[in-house]
Amino acid sequence: MKRFATLFNAIDQSTKTTVKVAALAAYFSEAEDADKLWTVALFSGRRPKRAVTTTRLREWAAEVADVPLWLFEDSYAIVGDLAETIALVLPPNTTSDNRSLSQWIADLRGLADVDEPERKAFVLDAWRRLGGTERFVFNKLITGGFRVGISQKLMTRALAKSTAKPEPEMAHRLMGNWHPDTDTWHSLIEAEDASADASRPYPFYLAYALEDGPENLDTPEDWRAEWKWDGIRGQLILRDGSYFVWSRGEELMTDRFPELARAIDHLPSGTVLDGELLVWLPDAAQPASFNALQARIGRKTVPKKLLTESPVVLHAYDLLEWEGQDIRDMPFAERRALLEAACADLPVDAPVKLSPQLKFSTWDDLATLRATAREENAEGLMLKRADSPYLSGRKKGDWWKWKLDPLTIDAVMIYAQSGSGRRANLFTDFTFAVRNGDDLVPFTKAYSGLTDAEFRKITAWVKKNTLQRFGPVRQVTPHHVFEIAFEGIQASTRHKSGVALRFPRMKRWRQDKPLAEANTLDDLNEMLRIYG
Amino acid sequence: MTRTPVLTFTENGIYCPAGDFYIDPWRPVDRALITHGHADHSRWGMGRYLATHAALPVMRHRLGEITADGIAYGEVRQIGGAKVSYHPAGHVPGSAQIRVEVDGEIWVASGDYKVVDDGLSEAFEPVRCHHFITESTFGLPVFRWEDQATIAAQINGWWAACKAAGKTAFLGAYSLGKAQRLITMLDPDIGPILTHTAVENTNRVMREQGIALPDTVLADADIKPKEYPGAIVIAPPSALSSAWARKFGPQETGFASGWMAVRGIRRRRAGDRGFIISDHADWSGLLEAIKLTEAENIYVTHGYTDIFTRYLNDNGWQAQVVPTQFEGETLDQGEEA
Repeated sequence: MKRFATLFNAIDQSTKTTVKVAALAAYFSEAEDADKLWTVALFSGRRPKRAVTTTRLREWAAEVADVPLWLFEDSYAIVGDLAETIALVLPPNTTSDNRSLSQWIADLRGLADVDEPERKAFVLDAWRRLGGTERFVFNKLITGGFRVGISQKLMTRALAKSTAKPEPEMAHRLMGNWHPDTDTWHSLIEAEDASADASRPYPFYLAYALEDGPENLDTPEDWRAEWKWDGIRGQLILRDGSYFVWSRGEELMTDRFPELARAIDHLPSGTVLDGELLVWLPDAAQPASFNALQARIGRKTVPKKLLTESPVVLHAYDLLEWEGQDIRDMPFAERRALLEAACADLPVDAPVKLSPQLKFSTWDDLATLRATAREENAEGLMLKRADSPYLSGRKKGDWWKWKLDPLTIDAVMIYAQSGSGRRANLFTDFTFAVRNGDDLVPFTKAYSGLTDAEFRKITAWVKKNTLQRFGPVRQVTPHHVFEIAFEGIQASTRHKSGVALRFPRMKRWRQDKPLAEANTLDDLNEMLRIYG
Repeated sequence: MTRTPVLTFTENGIYCPAGDFYIDPWRPVDRALITHGHADHSRWGMGRYLATHAALPVMRHRLGEITADGIAYGEVRQIGGAKVSYHPAGHVPGSAQIRVEVDGEIWVASGDYKVVDDGLSEAFEPVRCHHFITESTFGLPVFRWEDQATIAAQINGWWAACKAAGKTAFLGAYSLGKAQRLITMLDPDIGPILTHTAVENTNRVMREQGIALPDTVLADADIKPKEYPGAIVIAPPSALSSAWARKFGPQETGFASGWMAVRGIRRRRAGDRGFIISDHADWSGLLEAIKLTEAENIYVTHGYTDIFTRYLNDNGWQAQVVPTQFEGETLDQGEEA
């Protein structure tokens, strides 16, 4: 555990990627295989089966720290991380311990077979033995979620460096369903045949946002355009007569989308599609809103009624594997031709559809098309270079997303709450209102979009202009006007204002605008009528 | 019969009707009793100031021409109907808690304080009272400071590692108090200690009043960094990313603050290292101080006021939140606190 804690500190303390990669690579060339495997697992979001509930952890921590539970919970709300809060409130450790990372994990796994008093004794003993980062890491092993500023990309680079294998191969090896309980360091990283697992997805290729429009992208003929759908990116894998659905976040979501099983009837095994999962009713001209899809994502098993009300269809826009061959190196135009051929004979009710390419000959044509994206329930356009291979991760140059400009409204800040974690000592969570006669009607919250300097400034202002406190929330003098940007607006019975916004954020602090120039409830309702 | 409280909380600050004076007021008043020289407690524009002899030089340096009178720790002054004395708060050199007694009822306004002895400030002295006004900047049980010697070893270890890597170590700290405390913690055998102008100005004032500080070199705009290999530079946080700092070439930055205890805040600062050291009391320090006063009535002025007050009320004190304009330890707003 000491070695892992040292690695964790080295990565956590530095903001420089070269330092992080060097620390990881050094660790990979020194540590035991079992520890290395768990390190890769932890940094890619895998974790040991939870041995203790977080409810118990909180109770025990409060007890050992001799603070009431409410005080522990309030502290947690401010620190923003349970494992860290526990590590901080407990008294200093009184002894030390030499168990390795994987030994600790094995011991934690053993807790599944013992009763609660014994579990408690184990955890309390660990807290006495481990201090500082080691204690934090131990808690994280139970609570999960190592967010350490090490991206999959950096870890891949470090692994490639210490094993002398190419980065794309390493990225592919790390994808999918592996777990330290079932795989070894050798089978995952070193073995020759890494594609044994039928469910293993390819790393997703991600686009950067096109900030200034496409005029600088050379000639339009070299580019292909599609709608950028407002769904979830998914990879549909058909291999060995089975199907697997992966989200971009590398979550296996097969069970959530049982309707996609029928893809096996229409497409051959050895096919991997990249596309957008959308709720799309059989006769509809456009996909349903993201809200409908959200109802589906939330359910691990899907009731029949929901399947009928909100059927999911994969709108395929790329083909990564065909006839069992990885074709990611092929130019996009050729992959697309194969995709179109494969989808040519799909029946109308198949759960896979071809996402159309948009015809245009000039960038002006494309701009005109983009302006109609909202009518198609799309977020904007995707631009892909015709000769581009399917790369892994976010790379600049061959793929761009050209999103619609967001909708905006000028609103008045009326409540402020301090943030947690990174923003624990700043007011960052605000509630905004529109004017309605002499009243102010709250309609959205927003947390992001200001610079650190602006957050500091507004924090100082909030402290001096608090009218009333409701627990952590402060009502402030209505004074400051902010331009709120958002991606969509919908009617909602859950909100007092009657609307719900999608992705609201602060676009600008309108220090030039007095309160009287903020938008009104009528303006908001008009936006709902047009865009809702 | 209800009697007038010894201290009241007004728009201008903490007010004593019996003595017709304010403590650390934030608006101009005739007579101001000042706990210490930090800008949120010692503001410009008061008719008359009263502070400890040790706090006055820095206040004069910062506020310019002021009408001010000095008082020794423990010396008792009669102001109107109030008996007033100053007692060490351990926050920064010269800092004080102000004890006010009227007709046998004793109140203490503690300003900012810490209970551990930093070897530089006059050590915190508990003052028994009936009513205690406290801060709660770090009034959560997650804040627990380690020994000064442990932190000194961390800072010196980091400085030595920077030196070995051919880098200059930049340590961000407030120019009044924290900077001087850090300077006394440094191991001068590692290399030269350079100071930003704002820090060195305060050093000079303190040296002139007889406070012993290790040797430092002023790093002003004309400094030639090459002449000071392996140096550590103490500067206000706001100066760390300036053109002046960039002149020093390869460098690492560290921040020294109680806020560094929280990983999220440490990461937001995006420095290379965070050292957990504060001139404010940690959770157990606050509780210890309050217990030592034997006061039953506690007024919580700044920090995690709601939470800290609730805890005190649950544990037998009569506590309430008193909104003030004191800021405690801020990481971001310039160099003051």
